[in-house]
Amino acid sequence: MQPISSVKGKAYPLGLKNVDTDIIIPAVWLKTISRSGLGKGAFQTLRGVAGNVFDDPAYAGAPILIAGDNFGCGSSREHAAWAMADLGISAVIAPSFSDIFSGNAFKNGLLAIVLPQDAIDRLMEVAKTDDIHIDLETQTVTTPFQDRFAFEIDPFRKHCLINGVDEIGLTLKSSDAISAYENKISASQPWLSPNQA
Amino acid sequence: MMSTPQTLYQKIWNAHVVEQRDDGTCLIFIDRHLVHEVTSPQAFEGLRVAGRRVRRPDLTLAVPDHNLPTTARLDANGNDIPIADPESAQQLEALERNAPEFGIAYIDATDVKQGIVHVVGPEQGFSLPGTTIVCGDSHTACHGGLGALAFGIGTSEVEHVLATQTLQLSQSKSMEVRVEGELGPGVSAKDVVLHITGVLGASGGTGHVIEYTGSVIRALSIEGRLTISNMAIEHGARAGLVAPDDVTFAYLKGRPMAPKGDDWDAAVAYWRSLATDAGATYDKVATINAADIAPSVTWGTSPEDVLPITGVVPDPSTFADPSKQEAAKKSLEYMGLTPGTPMTDISVENIFIGSCTNSRIEDLRAAAAVLKGRKKADNIKWAIVVPGSGLVKQMAEAEGLDRIFTDAGLEWREPGCSACLGMNPDKVPAGERCASTSNRNFVGRQGPGARTHLVSPAMAAAAAVTGKLTDVRTLMD
Ligand code: SF4
Repeated sequence: MQPISSVKGKAYPLGLKNVDTDIIIPAVWLKTISRSGLGKGAFQTLRGVAGNVFDDPAYAGAPILIAGDNFGCGSSREHAAWAMADLGISAVIAPSFSDIFSGNAFKNGLLAIVLPQDAIDRLMEVAKTDDIHIDLETQTVTTPFQDRFAFEIDPFRKHCLINGVDEIGLTLKSSDAISAYENKISASQPWLSPNQA
Repeated sequence: MMSTPQTLYQKIWNAHVVEQRDDGTCLIFIDRHLVHEVTSPQAFEGLRVAGRRVRRPDLTLAVPDHNLPTTARLDANGNDIPIADPESAQQLEALERNAPEFGIAYIDATDVKQGIVHVVGPEQGFSLPGTTIVCGDSHTACHGGLGALAFGIGTSEVEHVLATQTLQLSQSKSMEVRVEGELGPGVSAKDVVLHITGVLGASGGTGHVIEYTGSVIRALSIEGRLTISNMAIEHGARAGLVAPDDVTFAYLKGRPMAPKGDDWDAAVAYWRSLATDAGATYDKVATINAADIAPSVTWGTSPEDVLPITGVVPDPSTFADPSKQEAAKKSLEYMGLTPGTPMTDISVENIFIGSCTNSRIEDLRAAAAVLKGRKKADNIKWAIVVPGSGLVKQMAEAEGLDRIFTDAGLEWREPGCSACLGMNPDKVPAGERCASTSNRNFVGRQGPGARTHLVSPAMAAAAAVTGKLTDVRTLMD
């Protein structure tokens, strides 16, 4: 994972609630066996509509997306995070995220920033004309107009994002603890080992 | 010493902590990992690139489901019929190659045990109460119907579990959804969970693990409990749970991969100890009265857009929340519906009975009970029944259900995800409506431009008979 500590630039003012994973990347795009190239299918259904923010030249290449409540609800497809990254998005700001999406975003170095609805409303306004700045180190979102919104992030996730930590590598350092757990369980609950059908 | 009373969720969580970090995040051991073809290729690729192996192939089971066409898989000579879509074929082949390469048991598309992962796991006794179960699929919550802590994960986490048999997780909050009373005639588990989703909203359970309790849940079969827990994710929950009881044990006993003999007795004793203790508290509680639940149907493009079948298409301007007004307007436009239209006036052209929500034997029986001796309406262009697994198919055929369906003019298919999502040839044409027993009515979910109305199997059967969304109670004697 690439380290990430701040994102600055234009933002797509989408604002929509319940943006589900079928909106982010429709199922026909899930047949790939690689992680790249999904940007072409990103937000396909929304892009079909005239006047959508993704095809508005004013926001071309924006690294930030602003959305409504419950962003990324629906399926567990990590393709949603891959597609957004492929489109050039590095951060999403919304009042809430589905649990699975925020996990997937984190694993791909995509920031999922939670801010209250009034902050979202303000940022939607600002995004029409100006850049937005997200700083992970200080946990703030700022604008050129003195707006300053603080956000929460799990300290472990923050550490991994800023340092670009390989989580599997990190967990593998706990191999002994995992083995000890396995040994304990195979003694106390031997029936947990599945019969091979 | 008296220990603090605990919920079912806390007990399962505590039993799986390998390590706890200072910030409270835990390394959680995963007892069962189900793998399908869509969300795994990049994970296996990641292992290969890093030179890592699968830590516990014995706890991992692979089965193809999402991409498989539901038409015949073998020709008259018993040879595999090739899959027409090259991308689907490539994804299926990747799983077929990756499973043996990493030593994982694989159920082939032509094996009678093949089916939708969430049907296969419980059916084989691979999924057990009190275990942690993951799969790269959000409806993994389904297995919570057996009392397992089961949740969907993304591909990076699939890779993490393959490599370490653990996940780094923070504990979710707990929520109780209590459904008390007695269900009326024609009201099924699907109606219960649609109603719950309507009441809680699509994000009502976000950040929580929900335990479904109350007399209605206790009275449900395992099939019904799996249906409810399956849709926990549709009200935002990380996972759903139903405490294991005698119904659960009777369902699991003798399943091929379940414990046997003395092991079985030890397992049951342990499972009994998992029920939420008296005096334990949840972070949030919602109570639902069974008498309020009618046969239900969705009108929009979020599973929270639920109405009793006796309702009318809502007027977006009557919603309190302005962002919901906007969303509802868009939904109605997509769905081609006008406010004030009675739901029972809406005609449908397609019927889909299947998916991991409603493709088990009990679901097929419920649909067959309505269709028996009846025919589909003339305006129904496409109506398919897709059993959840080869074993469900076999059982249904032994009971003669397949004949009831085909006599009524419905197609009887091979197991798979089918028209639940637009990844295989089973799709609903753009602009057409489908009464579907699946779990998501998202824009484009059943195919680009498809209009989905989520219903129970009995309600889907009723719609097949009349060609409109229909109150199944009017067809019952
Ligand atoms: S049936 Fe539908 S919801 Fe279930 S696993 Fe398949 S695609 Fe997912």
